[in-house]
Amino acid sequence: MSHATHRDYAGAKLGMWLFLFTEMLLFGGLFILYAVYLHRYPAEFAAAGHRLDLVLGTANTVILLTSSLLAALAVTAVQRDEGRVAFRALGGTILCAGLFLGIKYAEWSAKISHGIYPGSPDLAAGPPGESVFFGLYYLTTGLHGLHVLIGGVLLTVVARRVKGGRVHAGDYIWLENGALYWHLVDLVWIFIFPLYYLML
Amino acid sequence: MNRSERTGSAAGFWSDTEKGGIGAWLLSTDHKRIGLLYFWSVFGFFLVGVVLGLILRLELMAPGRTIMGPDAYNAFFTVHGVVMIFLFIIPGIPGAFGNMLMPIQIGARDVAFPRLNLLSWWLYATGAGVILLSLVTGGGPPDTGWTFYLPFSGRTATNVSLAVFGVFIVGFSSILTGINFVTTIHRLRAEGMIWGRLPLFVWSLYATAWVQILATPILGITLVLIIAERILGVGLFDPSRGGDPLMYQHLFWIYSHPAVYIMVLPAMGVVSEIIPVFARKPIFGYKMIAFSSLAIAAAGSLVWGHHMFTSGMSDTAVLVFSFLSFIVAIPSAIKVFNWISTLYRGSISLDPPMLFALSFILLFSIGGLTGLILGAAATDVHVHDTHFVVGHFHYVMFGGAGFAFFAAMHYWLPKFYGRMYARRPAVIAWGLMFVGFNILYFTMKVLGMKGMPRRYYDYLPEFATLNLVSTIGSWILALGLAVMLVNLFRGLWKGEPVTEANPWGGATLEWTIPTPPPTENFAEEPVVTHGPYDFRGAGIP
Repeated sequence: MSHATHRDYAGAKLGMWLFLFTEMLLFGGLFILYAVYLHRYPAEFAAAGHRLDLVLGTANTVILLTSSLLAALAVTAVQRDEGRVAFRALGGTILCAGLFLGIKYAEWSAKISHGIYPGSPDLAAGPPGESVFFGLYYLTTGLHGLHVLIGGVLLTVVARRVKGGRVHAGDYIWLENGALYWHLVDLVWIFIFPLYYLML
Repeated sequence: MNRSERTGSAAGFWSDTEKGGIGAWLLSTDHKRIGLLYFWSVFGFFLVGVVLGLILRLELMAPGRTIMGPDAYNAFFTVHGVVMIFLFIIPGIPGAFGNMLMPIQIGARDVAFPRLNLLSWWLYATGAGVILLSLVTGGGPPDTGWTFYLPFSGRTATNVSLAVFGVFIVGFSSILTGINFVTTIHRLRAEGMIWGRLPLFVWSLYATAWVQILATPILGITLVLIIAERILGVGLFDPSRGGDPLMYQHLFWIYSHPAVYIMVLPAMGVVSEIIPVFARKPIFGYKMIAFSSLAIAAAGSLVWGHHMFTSGMSDTAVLVFSFLSFIVAIPSAIKVFNWISTLYRGSISLDPPMLFALSFILLFSIGGLTGLILGAAATDVHVHDTHFVVGHFHYVMFGGAGFAFFAAMHYWLPKFYGRMYARRPAVIAWGLMFVGFNILYFTMKVLGMKGMPRRYYDYLPEFATLNLVSTIGSWILALGLAVMLVNLFRGLWKGEPVTEANPWGGATLEWTIPTPPPTENFAEEPVVTHGPYDFRGAGIP
C-alpha cells in the first residue's frame, strides 16, 4: 500500500482544524445555556460566582497560559531541530496539565464538602438560579478537565515521539497538531474563567 | 465471499490483499472495503428497523390491544426511530456509497485519513452495539421516542442513559467521516478535477460533511446533558430547579433538523448522478444543483425552531422560524426543476436505478410539499404531532433517502461486486415497494388530517378503516423489499459477471476503471479533461 509514503501536512492540519471546530461547538452548547440562564438569573449568577475561589481560578489560568507558551516553544524548537529542548518544553506543558488538574481537584473537593454539587440538598434549598449556575459550572469545568486530561495524554504520546526522533524538523505534524489541541484547551478555559470566576 | 469465483483475473480489491480472512475486512483501510462494511451493517440495521416498523403497524391494525401492550409499543416506536435514524439513514449513503465512490470520483487512491476512516466504522459498530445492549440490560429498552425529550427522559426507569451513550458514539463516527470527506475533497482531487468538474454526488457529500462537522457536536453535548441529568440530577432542563425544558428542545433540534439534510443531501446527490446517465443527457443546471446543495446545508441549519411551534416559544420566534423554513424550499425546488429539465427530451431508459431515482423525485416532492404545511405555523398547529407528521417525514426520509439508497444499490453495487442482478425481479420489487409505500404513508397523512395523534397506542374507532389500509400497505412494501433483497443477494453472489468497466454508460471517473475496481483504484493518477456529465467524453462543459 502506498499510504505509508503519502504525506500531506496541509491536509493533516486542515483535518485537525476541522476537529477543533467541533470541539468549540461542543463547548458552545454549554455557553449557549450559560447565556440564556445568565439572562434569566443575573443576580443569582453574580452571587454564585462570588462563591468560587478566585485565587485558585487565577492560578489555573496562569498555569494554562504558561503551558500553552511551552507548547508553542516546543514547536519552535523542533522546527530548529532542537529535539531535546522541545522534549523539555513538552514535559513542562504536561506538568502544567497535571498541576491544573490537581488544583481543580482541590477546588471541587472544597465545594463538594461545603454541600455545593449538582442535585445537592443545599443547592435545592437556595434560589433556582444558583443551582443552575453550579450545575453549569460542574458540567463545563468537568468537560474541560476531561479535555485537559486527553490533551495531557496526547502530548505524552507526542513527547515520546519527539524523544524517539520520530518527530523532527522534517516531520513534526504530530507535535503541531498536538500543540493546536492544547491551545484549544487553553482557549476554552480563557472563556470559562471570566464567565464563572469574574462575575460582577 | 468466494474470491476465486470472482471474475477471473479482474478480482480487483476483493482479492488483492496481504492479510487473509476476516481481518482483511475488519482492519482494512481501503475505502472500498470500509464502504462495503458500512453498507452491510447499515443495511442490516435497516432490516431490523423494518421489522420493528411492521410490528408497530400490526399493532395499529385494529383499535385496542392487538399484539402488545402500551409499554412495549412505546419501546418499539422508540427503538424503530433510533435504529432507523442513527444507525441507518444518517450514516447510510455517506458511510456506504460515499466511502466506496467519493475517492474514485475525484480521482484519488483513498480518503485523506484512511485509518481514521476505519476508526469511524469501528465507532459506528461500537455505538450500535451499545444501543443494542441498552435493549436487553438495565430497565429495558428506552421508551422516550427517538428525540429523548426531557423531562420524561430524565425520569423514566428504562435504559435511556446507555442508549443515549450509544448515539453519542455513533455521532462521533459521523463527525470523523465529515472531517475526512472535507479534507479529502479539498486535498486529493486529481489533476484537472477542478471544483466545476466535481460530480454532483461529491458536491452533495461535501455539503453534507459540513453539516456533520458543524451540527453533530451540539447533539453530542445535548446527549451528555441528558446523561448528566439522569445520573447527577443537575436540573438544567427542570423548571422546578430553575431549568427550562425548551432549552433542551432548542439544543436537540439545532442538530436534529440539520440532520435531516445529512440524510437527504447525499440522496439528492445519488439522484443527480443517475438521472443524466439514464436520460443520456448532460445534467441541466450543474452549477445550480451544486450551489443548491450548499444552500440547503446553510439554510437548513437555521430552521430548527419549526419543530417547536407548539412548545411555547414566543410568537416572534415562531414567525421567524416559519419564514426561514419556507426558504429551504427554494434550493430543494431548484434541484427538482433541474432533474425534470434533464429528463426533458432525454433518451430515457427505465432501468432499475432510474426507476428508483424517478420515484425519489415524486415521493420527495410529496414529502417536501407537505413539509410546507408543517412549516407554516398556522397549519402546523392543526396537524402538529399527528400521523400527518409521521407520513410527511416518512415520505422525505424513506421515500427520499431510502429510495435513493436503493437506487444507489442497483446502480453501483454491480461495479463493486462484478456481478449483475436480474432486471425483471428488480422492476417488480420496485413496483411493489412504490405502491405499498404510497398506501402505507399517504393513508397516514389522511389520518393525521382527521386528527389521529402520533405515538398513541390506541385510537378511536373512526380511524379503524384507514389504519387497516395503512397496515396492508406495509405488507405490500415489505413484500417488495423481500423481492429486492433476494434478487440483490442472488445477483451479487451468482449473477451474470460484469467485466466491462462501464455497464450503464456513465461519464464519471468510477466508470473508467476496471470492474471490480483494483485496490489502488487507478493504475496511474488520472488527468481529468472534461466534466462528469459530458457523455461524448470531450470538451469542457
